[in-house]
Amino acid sequence: MDTLTRFLLLFVSCVLTNNFIFSRFLGCCPFLGVSNKVETAMGMGLAVTFVMGLASLFTWAVGKLLVALDIQYLNTISFILIIAALVQFVEMFIKKSSPTLYKSLGIYLPLITTNCAVLGVTIINFDAYVVGMGAMGVVYSVLNGVFSALGFMLAIVLMAGIRERLEASNIPKCLKGFPISLVTAGLMSLAFMGFSGLFANLG
Amino acid sequence: MPKRSMSSVFLNGIVTENPTFRLVLGLCPTLAVTTSAINGVGMGLAATVVLIGSNVVISLLRNIIPNKVRIPAFIVVICTFVTLIQMLMQAFVYELYESLGLFIPLIVVNCIILARAEAFACKNGVLASALDGIGMGVGFTIALTLIAAIRELIGNGTVFGLNLLGDAYEPMLIMILPAGGFITLGLLLGIINKLTEVTAGKKEA
Repeated sequence: MDTLTRFLLLFVSCVLTNNFIFSRFLGCCPFLGVSNKVETAMGMGLAVTFVMGLASLFTWAVGKLLVALDIQYLNTISFILIIAALVQFVEMFIKKSSPTLYKSLGIYLPLITTNCAVLGVTIINFDAYVVGMGAMGVVYSVLNGVFSALGFMLAIVLMAGIRERLEASNIPKCLKGFPISLVTAGLMSLAFMGFSGLFANLG
Repeated sequence: MPKRSMSSVFLNGIVTENPTFRLVLGLCPTLAVTTSAINGVGMGLAATVVLIGSNVVISLLRNIIPNKVRIPAFIVVICTFVTLIQMLMQAFVYELYESLGLFIPLIVVNCIILARAEAFACKNGVLASALDGIGMGVGFTIALTLIAAIRELIGNGTVFGLNLLGDAYEPMLIMILPAGGFITLGLLLGIINKLTEVTAGKKEA
């Protein structure tokens, strides 16, 4: 299989068949917490994509260092610190360089530190692309981060669209808010399962 | 803050502020690992140990940690305990370690633990913080086990591996799949809301 096909398959897998939210349960907190409006969902999605791409790049380099020094068991603690520092840095940088972007993304950035999708993707990358691959691993790491984040964005924006409609509909009082959102997410997850048969013959 | 009795601190986490059913925190592990009751218990206990450890240490350090860098400091403390637990589980309960997989290191970003550090441990004494950790942990474990048992029963006909429904029962696979997790938790939350509503109405009348 040539490289381009692999990238394409990775894209399909991250966005549709192995969607972070619907099949791996990573990033559920912001998925339910920030999906009230399509606009804020877009903002959160963009911020996560940005941070996840950068985090994949940096943790790949640090991961290589950990492997070289034979202290792999420190991966969680070093990755979470990298992510926290990165988020802080990105926030300061955007604030200085582009106030408009800061206005739309700013409030979501601090939340990203505790988004398990970001830490999750760096750990998945560590096992798959740092330990198991050579220099080419860095490309796959970053692509995996960005594509997974796009999958997250797709899910959260779709969810926000449905929740905007749900606001106006007549729901039993005890199901309002979280319960009905969870049931909706379950039905969406069923729909996404349909994709998993789509490329079964390709691999 | 008014002084509360130790028992109310303990019960707070199990009933009044149950992290899963009341505060709706820590959803990712709640949904991801509850495919079988044994996984639910394992995850709950691992999180409990981390929660007690981090609460105690943070409460001991509460006057030393500068306010500005408290969140990174908390994360480092929590992460230390998670790494410890991860190694212990790998050594002693390898099967469970394999089936929980990615979600053991992800205890670090479980919002319950950071929330308790921020809301309770950095303001209270060591004993109260330890009790709060135990209470919250037990509450989390009960919630996970309940969800997992329901999903395992309907999706596989078993609870803790015991066949309860007999061989004639046709398992509904969907409950074990991700979709089932979302739907089970959603409906459970709805039922609990309804129950609270009914009991609250009785008290008023």
